[in-house]
Amino acid sequence: MTSASAPPVPAEPAPGRGPGGGRGPARDVAGLGVGRALGFIAPALLLIGAFLIFPALWTIYIGITNYRLTGVEAVSPSMVGLSNYTRALNDALFHNALWLTLLFVLGSAIIGQNVLGFTLAWILRRARPAVRRTVEALTLLAWILPSTVVAYLWVAFYDRDGGTLNSLLGTPGTAWLIDHPMLCLVVFNTWRGTAFSMMLYSSALQAVPPSQLESARMVGASGWQTLRDVVFPHIRGHVLTNTLLISLWTANDFSPFLLTKGGPNHASETVPVYIYNVALQGGELGYSSAISFLLLLANLLVSLVYLRLLRRRS
Amino acid sequence: MTTSFVLRRIGFYVLICAITLFFAVPMLWIASAPFDASPGLGVQWPDWTLENFRRTLAHPYAMHSMVNSLLICVTTAVAVTAFAALASYALSRVRIPGRDALLYGLLLLSSVVTGTAAMVPIFVMMFQLGLIDSRFGVALVMTGGLLPAAIFILKDFVDAVPKSYEESARVFGASTLQILRDVVLPVARPGLATIMVWAFVNSWGNFLVPFLLIRSIDKQPGAVLMQTLTDEGGSVNLQVLPVFSLLFSIPVVVLYLLVNSRYGFRFHGGIKS
Repeated sequence: MTSASAPPVPAEPAPGRGPGGGRGPARDVAGLGVGRALGFIAPALLLIGAFLIFPALWTIYIGITNYRLTGVEAVSPSMVGLSNYTRALNDALFHNALWLTLLFVLGSAIIGQNVLGFTLAWILRRARPAVRRTVEALTLLAWILPSTVVAYLWVAFYDRDGGTLNSLLGTPGTAWLIDHPMLCLVVFNTWRGTAFSMMLYSSALQAVPPSQLESARMVGASGWQTLRDVVFPHIRGHVLTNTLLISLWTANDFSPFLLTKGGPNHASETVPVYIYNVALQGGELGYSSAISFLLLLANLLVSLVYLRLLRRRS
Repeated sequence: MTTSFVLRRIGFYVLICAITLFFAVPMLWIASAPFDASPGLGVQWPDWTLENFRRTLAHPYAMHSMVNSLLICVTTAVAVTAFAALASYALSRVRIPGRDALLYGLLLLSSVVTGTAAMVPIFVMMFQLGLIDSRFGVALVMTGGLLPAAIFILKDFVDAVPKSYEESARVFGASTLQILRDVVLPVARPGLATIMVWAFVNSWGNFLVPFLLIRSIDKQPGAVLMQTLTDEGGSVNLQVLPVFSLLFSIPVVVLYLLVNSRYGFRFHGGIKS
């Protein structure tokens, strides 16, 4: 395949669009040809097939069996139809996990990161470069630090005995992660993810025509009116895209496990943590796969909405 | 008019200060705890010492886990870059039937199938392949997970590379291989570097995949070792964990700064789980 004896295909003389027309600058000037091009794509597709597509399909299969991990002995699974799904319908802990995930997404992504990110983008827009750079660097650092580091940084921050939060608030002896685990998770995830929303909204705000902002100011519109009637219509697409993306990431985030392991007594057990606990603590691979598949379906739904929006904009 | 202006200014600075504090205060932990002789975690001027660094370096697994992280993440980054480069070049330059559907599918896949949604089948599959406790297995799973987004990002990059260079090379009689090696590769280097750093940073921070697949402590990467450090005897190892967090963050921050200064960083919505 790597032999240098490529057939001498003449260079495409026509500039601009490649053969076949359509979108995208496809013009095979290197003379790959479809056959060799497929060879170029094959290794990537093989890996994606083995480690993404196949596991996704296998989730469906394991989800309709009673596959269990029982110590050393491997019990051969048998089909149980949809009973894992009917079990999920009546599983109070699963309902609890769904509710907590919703709370986590709503609190930290849809409200927290969105509002804080937009506020920062809005007020930093005309701030002095030094102020702007400092705040941006801080939020970005929170975003790029490895998630395990950020998780333990917050565990230390929330710590009961001498954690920074207790010293600051003058509430010695409060075990934040035990008394208010969901609040802790929401604040942690807001802190960690705000940079993404901020960057996205910063670039979106640059697309708002300054003349419209100027005329809003001239007619004496309040800040809120300006935001609602001038700014928001321009960035509606960005708001939707951002909200969908960060919701998807938050709903699938495993880092609640690092802070609380889902405890105490399931009080912070979001769906990903519940899947882990059911599968590897409880050994019930079949049941947890059924829940995984429900999570996949939810992801698919959100992603399809996202792609639909993306296509409409381009 | 002027009073409202002054009030607004004050409000602005109060807000800025509040938000800055919100982001800065937790960060103080990572800046001070590693150097504190008695890291009681509170707000206090640290009792400066480098003893914690000595302990961390002497820890039987701390530095070893960094090597494991490096092995796993370099393998992942190189594999992702190589395979994504090949695929995105072919997808950009050759009109393969069903190409748009393929790209659309890749984009969908990269957001739908996440580590948390597929953890059971990945665990079972690696178990049956005998790849539990294998660092290579971890790198394989991460590569598969990062490839769709990488191809998508890189294709954008390759689309932007002017085709006139390739055309002139062909006019002068260069072979396909020569064109790829001497024309396309050098021009696409910024894109490739960005993708490599992106893949490295993403796999460096990944906790779930190695947590699921690695059993023995001497093969754990740093992300999982941190979990182990908090479990030892039921309490947090406060001598080692802060120093380790700091050291573990350095490569990511340095790489980010490097990419940012050389090519300008863009957000590409990575897989963060």
